[in-house]
Amino acid sequence: MSEEILVKMRDVWLEGRSDETWNPIINGVDLTLKKGEVLGLIGESGAGKSTLGLAAMGYTRDGVRISKGSVEFDGIDLLTASAAVKRELLGKRIAYVAQSAAASFNPAHKLMDQHVEGPVQHGVMSKSDSEEDGMELYRKLRLPNPDQIGFRYPHQVSGGQLQRCMTAMAMSCRPDLIIFDEPTTALDVTTQIEVLASIRDIVEQFNTAAIYITHDLAVVAQMADTIKVLLKGDEVETADTRTMLSAPTQEYTKSLWAVRSFERPQKPAVQTGSVPVVSVQNVDASYGTVPVLHDVSFDMHEGRTVAVVGESGSGKSTTARCITGLLPPKAGQILVDGEVMPPDYRKRSKDQLRQVQMIYQMADTALNPRMSIGQIIARPVEFYLGLKGAEKRKRVDALLEQIELEPSQYYHRLPSELSGGQKQRIGIARALAAEPKFIICDEVTSALDQLVAEGILRLLARLQDELSLTYMFITHDLATVRAIADEVVVMKDGRVVEQGPKTEMFTPPHHAYTDLLLSSVPQMDPDWLTNLLAERGVDNIGDAAVDKM
Amino acid sequence: MGNVLTIILQRLTLGLLTLLIVSIVIFVAVNLLPGDFAQSILGQGATPEAVASIREDLGLDQPMVTRYFDWLGGVLRGDLGTSFAQANFASFTGTDSGATTVAQQIAPRFANTMFLAMITAIIAVPFSIFLGVLAALYRNTVFDRATNIFTLSSISSPEFFLAYILILFLAVLNPIFPSLSNIFEGMPFGERVEKSMLPALTLTLVVTAHMMRMTRAAIINLLASPYIEMARLKGLSPMRVIVKHALPNALAPIINVIALNLAYLITGVVVVEVVFVYPGIGQLFVDSVKIRDIPVVQACCLIFATAFILLNLTADIMSILSNPRLRHPK
Repeated sequence: MSEEILVKMRDVWLEGRSDETWNPIINGVDLTLKKGEVLGLIGESGAGKSTLGLAAMGYTRDGVRISKGSVEFDGIDLLTASAAVKRELLGKRIAYVAQSAAASFNPAHKLMDQHVEGPVQHGVMSKSDSEEDGMELYRKLRLPNPDQIGFRYPHQVSGGQLQRCMTAMAMSCRPDLIIFDEPTTALDVTTQIEVLASIRDIVEQFNTAAIYITHDLAVVAQMADTIKVLLKGDEVETADTRTMLSAPTQEYTKSLWAVRSFERPQKPAVQTGSVPVVSVQNVDASYGTVPVLHDVSFDMHEGRTVAVVGESGSGKSTTARCITGLLPPKAGQILVDGEVMPPDYRKRSKDQLRQVQMIYQMADTALNPRMSIGQIIARPVEFYLGLKGAEKRKRVDALLEQIELEPSQYYHRLPSELSGGQKQRIGIARALAAEPKFIICDEVTSALDQLVAEGILRLLARLQDELSLTYMFITHDLATVRAIADEVVVMKDGRVVEQGPKTEMFTPPHHAYTDLLLSSVPQMDPDWLTNLLAERGVDNIGDAAVDKM
Repeated sequence: MGNVLTIILQRLTLGLLTLLIVSIVIFVAVNLLPGDFAQSILGQGATPEAVASIREDLGLDQPMVTRYFDWLGGVLRGDLGTSFAQANFASFTGTDSGATTVAQQIAPRFANTMFLAMITAIIAVPFSIFLGVLAALYRNTVFDRATNIFTLSSISSPEFFLAYILILFLAVLNPIFPSLSNIFEGMPFGERVEKSMLPALTLTLVVTAHMMRMTRAAIINLLASPYIEMARLKGLSPMRVIVKHALPNALAPIINVIALNLAYLITGVVVVEVVFVYPGIGQLFVDSVKIRDIPVVQACCLIFATAFILLNLTADIMSILSNPRLRHPK
């Protein structure tokens, strides 16, 4: 690695416009990147990571401005440079890889046409040379069919492949710097590994400097030489990756590291013969004529948490829809307390409906924005329990206290006045208001930052102990499973591939697919990816491993 | 592609069904017009016997349902009927042109209208899209505002006013184009174009605003999307970002507005025709309504409806085809 400095940002202040005023996003951050160095930029949502990353390219989105400071790229001052000078740098010497490749590729053009656009427009290569080079890059990124894949449209290619095509596109002019903005956040764990490995290889091979933006510590540990931690627009600390992981100096960094230590002890095995609270028996389901679930069966017992894990499209949420009766199954039945439920929710009695409640992934959209918190929680209290007036108010207050929000402060607020974690707590209170036995938690923490998510998990665990609730916990995050589950059900392509107590699931031998899922979860160890790839054999990652099963 | 073909067939069937319903509406509406041909021909002093005999001659004494099916059957065989005015009473109206069937009467007029619509479209569509792209590129600048003010004021002014202004500037003060567009059969093409220029320019002013503003809005709507940001971050010129990356994805709404305006050019230009004495179908239509020449009125309405439905159908199909997801399924 040369010691030559590529990017020099000094005392950079960024502001965003909302309601006619400029609010600070980044407060005087310095950033230095040497040639060929990879810097990890980490922080929770709202920390200003993406804004800072884009500012390193001399670019700000509409409604954002750089109010103070300097940004230099290879000695060129990007803040005073003309638009033409910046255009000459962008794409050619500085490239960008966005979070959602599906949204960032133009749907109207073939991948290859978008790939060659940079080199041709910047006069780096002819169209045919660039096409050949593109195929070579696709091959290096281990894309299937590297000679043909470029001649497809973006919607014809899967998410993980698109993300690699976008990395290839960023490489098309052999830039000195690439900004990776959460490139694997939208992907499943097994797909994430392929993309991580590809990105790391190609960045090393061409000695490209990179700024890698993510909220996932374990991911950044694999990719970065240096890590910079941001909190609400301020720099917390910067250190090289190994030092940062082994000896963080700041409290905030330590707290980030500590999150993954929350783990509930495994509960003792269920007594044989006890009636499960909810039993899913041989359920088949389909959307229209497309079958999605095949012979799904599992039981959930009182006071326990069953985690249903699997990649997107594996049928986790569909199973939940069958249990609630939103999607009547084609075959099989749902039992609650040993009693067969009518398949369609419209045929269920009020008391049967009360037993099964849901908490949703996006608290933002699951709460009526025009109703106050009090009204939102009071509605099921009145509907299911028939309480009115002062009694109703008392019950709502008690529920708010249960979710650790001060009733007098929150009763009259609107959802928009709450933070993401608080909104999710309201979602929990609303489910509790019906006094159910069983709650389906559908990815309830995946939209939240790690610290906030941990708070929600602790709250759910406490409520379970107090009220002996049964949870069905739908998630794709195995760290969450480890933290909260008693039993685990692994789903793939609409089938249950393995189920059992958590301790059993996390100790080998596993089903091949469970093994792939488990080993794909990034670990804090900076050598994890290297070791894993060596173990699997480099050509044997992701797609290949799945195909073998 | 099978997918797209199914959609197109569905739309065609729906279009035919719409046309059938429209034919009923036209027939009923035209028959609800107060007065009838016999009365309007014979005038105030007509004896009831004379009126009854003409009505009988023309079949107006038959019940409405019978007349509708007679008419519909004729239309399906390609026979639009015989003009009342031209059939037996040409001497009354003084408009004997030797053409007796409705088709013979309408054909040359319709051809003229299509000619004018075509010339206008050739000028107006590229002009509007070009202006729209420029307005999106230089949005919120003086150019953008000037374009908006210009197109909005021309659409807000009455057509005859625009026509007279153009005549004043382009025919009277600077005699570039003739102010009368009395084209006739057998006129050489070049002269036809020259004579049609002023009405075409007037109509261009009328239809530009819609198309230009939709182009601008559809493009600006896309500018916040991630793939536009990506195009910018690839260092492409602003013009390329808009033309190559935004425009192809903004086509669907633009195509629909173009179709609506083209339909207007065929069906709604009677005022401009009158001002420039242009022998189009609009004038014929209005004249026929005046003398209750029902077969001609019905045929004109049916042609207007067909034009409207066909253009909207084309627009629908083209918007569908502009979506790569449908053109290239997985």
